Amino acid sequence: MSEFLAMGGYAWYVWMAYGAFAAAIALEVLALRSRRRRAIELLRSGPAVDQAPRARLDPARTA
Amino acid sequence: MLRGFAIAGTVLGVVGLWVALVAAPTDATQHDAYRIIYIHVPAAWMAMFLYLVMALWSALALGFNTRLSAMMAQAIAPTGAAMAFLALWTGAFWGRPTWGTYWAWDARMTSTLILLFLYLGVLALRSAIDDQRRADRACAVLSLVGAVNVPIIYFSVKWWNTLHQGSTISATAAPKMAAMMLTGLLLMTFAVWFYCIAIVLARVRVIILERERGAAWTAEVVAA
Repeated sequence: MSEFLAMGGYAWYVWMAYGAFAAAIALEVLALRSRRRRAIELLRSGPAVDQAPRARLDPARTA
Repeated sequence: MLRGFAIAGTVLGVVGLWVALVAAPTDATQHDAYRIIYIHVPAAWMAMFLYLVMALWSALALGFNTRLSAMMAQAIAPTGAAMAFLALWTGAFWGRPTWGTYWAWDARMTSTLILLFLYLGVLALRSAIDDQRRADRACAVLSLVGAVNVPIIYFSVKWWNTLHQGSTISATAAPKMAAMMLTGLLLMTFAVWFYCIAIVLARVRVIILERERGAAWTAEVVAA
């Protein structure tokens, strides 16, 4: 196992490269997950702000 | 379909990493430092390919004024930027033990750095414009203009005398590497490819929810 981690003396280079790759993918997935949660929360919290003027223009309401 | 790509990417990635880090033999001249190839090459390919796909969706968005095309371009940019960054980062950590330097102002590296800046420029431009439709058009124009950089990256090793070597594998010639190494590289390439497809599709779904907030169907979708 330690031989595997040593990467024939190139551990710093190999693991810095692979580590950054893994970190980037993990970050991207987590960031998208929280962005998705936020979008859904916003939708559940009621109609969008820009819908309000349109609702006022609705003839069924104003009549 | 999204789940299919995510599962395929994960399975190929696990097998690919096993081949890349364990099963593939040590290189005769570069020893174990060469193993960076299994992430460096797929990241570099995807960085270029995603840019072309982003430019294609941008062209469709400009030509046909289709919102979903612009959303696809919007969804690709962050992943493309990540891939361009990873290509440069893994390249630096490969260059140090093999060339003796993390960075050189070589044609391929410089043009790849410009690719990263183009991605970051598209992202910054979008966040700077409040009106989504205007942001779509501005980003589409920038994406299309920047597409000229992709062939420059691709052919840079032929056009100029670069520190970066030419391609090791091509569709027209026999591969210049061992079969096990080639297998690992192909596995990792498809793994990264499927990952990118899955994450971009997942992101475009979120973008649709964000941008179609005014539509009644979005509220119904999240209520379900």
